[in-house]
Amino acid sequence: MDQEETHWLVRPATIKAIWLGSIAVLGALVIADFFIEKHPHFGFDGLPGFSAWFGFGACIVLVVGAKGLGVILKRKDDYYGG
Amino acid sequence: MEASLILPPALALILAGFALPLMRGQGRVALILLAPILSLWMVWQVPDGIGLSAEYLGQDLVLVTGSKLGRLFATVFSITAFLGGLFALRQPSQMELSAAFIYAGSAIGVTFAGDLLTLFAFWEVMAIASTFVLFSNGARAAAMRYALMHLLGGVLLMVGIAGVAASGQSLAFGRMQANDWPHYLILAGFLINTAAVPLSSWLPDAYPEASWSGMVFLSAFTTKTAVFVLIVGFAGTTALIWIGLAMVFYGIVWAILENDMRRVLAYSIVNQVGFMVTAVGIGSEMALNGAAAHAFAHIIYKALLLMSAGSVMYMTGRTRCTDLGGLFRTMPVTMICGVIGALAISAFPFTSGFVAKSMVTQSAADQHLALVWYLLMAASAGVFLYTGIKFPWFVFFQKDSGLRPTDPPKSMQAAMIIASVLCIVIGMMPAQFYKLLPYSTDYVPYTVAHVVTQSELLLFSGLAFFVMLGWLQGTRTVTLDADWIWRKPGKALAQMALTAGNAIWRAVSGGTINAVVRVCASAFHHHGPGGRLGRTWPTGTMAFWTTVMLAGFLIVGGMMNI
Repeated sequence: MDQEETHWLVRPATIKAIWLGSIAVLGALVIADFFIEKHPHFGFDGLPGFSAWFGFGACIVLVVGAKGLGVILKRKDDYYGG
Repeated sequence: MEASLILPPALALILAGFALPLMRGQGRVALILLAPILSLWMVWQVPDGIGLSAEYLGQDLVLVTGSKLGRLFATVFSITAFLGGLFALRQPSQMELSAAFIYAGSAIGVTFAGDLLTLFAFWEVMAIASTFVLFSNGARAAAMRYALMHLLGGVLLMVGIAGVAASGQSLAFGRMQANDWPHYLILAGFLINTAAVPLSSWLPDAYPEASWSGMVFLSAFTTKTAVFVLIVGFAGTTALIWIGLAMVFYGIVWAILENDMRRVLAYSIVNQVGFMVTAVGIGSEMALNGAAAHAFAHIIYKALLLMSAGSVMYMTGRTRCTDLGGLFRTMPVTMICGVIGALAISAFPFTSGFVAKSMVTQSAADQHLALVWYLLMAASAGVFLYTGIKFPWFVFFQKDSGLRPTDPPKSMQAAMIIASVLCIVIGMMPAQFYKLLPYSTDYVPYTVAHVVTQSELLLFSGLAFFVMLGWLQGTRTVTLDADWIWRKPGKALAQMALTAGNAIWRAVSGGTINAVVRVCASAFHHHGPGGRLGRTWPTGTMAFWTTVMLAGFLIVGGMMNI
């Protein structure tokens, strides 16, 4: 059991490394975004790092919106009689 | 015109479905695995154009007509029957696989239907067979609700077809214009099967009530045959753009709020079919190619995701995210296959979703539909959030639930591995895949700019997931949907009507004998020779009132059962 609990993937050091690695990848993508040849269709989509901030922002809006609706629409999971 | 004799490809799986209950042991396994392969072979024997026609009640029926689009859908239906059959070899229910094969076969029947009556016949067999997939898992109430919705869709479709026939138009199945009531009804009948908003709830209500293997079949056929008939019948109908977008965001929001992993995947079907419906509404060649390609890719990665979730359910008996977690330790194959499915549905580069869904967003850009394009991009980001990460994270990682199940039996693993390979192969060889599409295309998905921007979009959505992880934790709740109307107030009303009806019946039954005599006399007066109602009616009027009555029975009968 002790061995299981320290599975390498869930050790704090590994998790920290995954975070650092992920942030590096995110940074590299944003930097790459400045060098690629883009063909914007509409306007905003030609702005620097559009996909990055648009994707992030869209998710925040969706989650906040969903949580708001959830206040009205959520019921205990035995609502229809389990 | 003499048509050469072509065997309907639908027969392979339908006949296998009827034969399965008679088979045991190795013979049964052989039939389960060989029937879909035979089906696939038969699909590719059908040349373009009318292959088999017949006459019935004065109508020309075109039982088999070949087209590129039909072949594409029939191909992926056969592949799914194979994957699902392999995955379900351990399924103890005899009924489920029989029903599933008849269901798959009739879906193939729809893709080769050359007229609306043939289409309708296969459409209804699909509804009945899929209901039996639910019944076989003992989900009686959910199966009733499901059947009612599809019978309602069938009634709309039938009245629409009758209307087309009554107005003297051809019943050939092809491009239609939604500009008169028969065609509105046909479109409505089709849309019910896509799980279009506002009647989407039948899908997330019913599908998760199927067994660990049953849902794999259910996810594939009904909604995608509906996409197929929309592409053939109603391409370019602008309203579909907005209906599709409503489905896209409905799927995301309800999936974010959902705790049951299979319900998350059910909402995600509505979301993904929404992309396809939007594409049908855009209607350009690129958009229709995108809808068809997305349907093909989606069927396989959704089957894969549901097999991964089904394996977890099979091994642990649990489906709620709050009860799961940490399974990566002991279910590595299930986890890796689930992650591949999750990457494919999110349209990560080098997966099938990337080469398919990109065509849909590209078509919106090509048509200068700015708002549609921005919404589709936002939704693409959302897909990664609510399925791409949510499913694998909560099931295989997050907290350690203490569960230590092993990977499922080899046959189930094999089905998942084959589906995973297909997701990646399609993603790596888009040019070959595009040759199967209805229109020729020189679209190139792999440009540096596209790969970089899509990776940005998705990975920053991933960042958003972990930033807001606290808000995304599952809660032991259900989320209300349109079905609340008939499951709560509707049910109460139906019960009140029943009670009131009983009371009235008791009050009047005292005078029953007299009443019967009077009714008989009156009936003879009206319906007898020379009576007003005894006249010959036009068949159309008769069909109309029969349909109204049928719809009435459906609504009242249904509400008492659910």
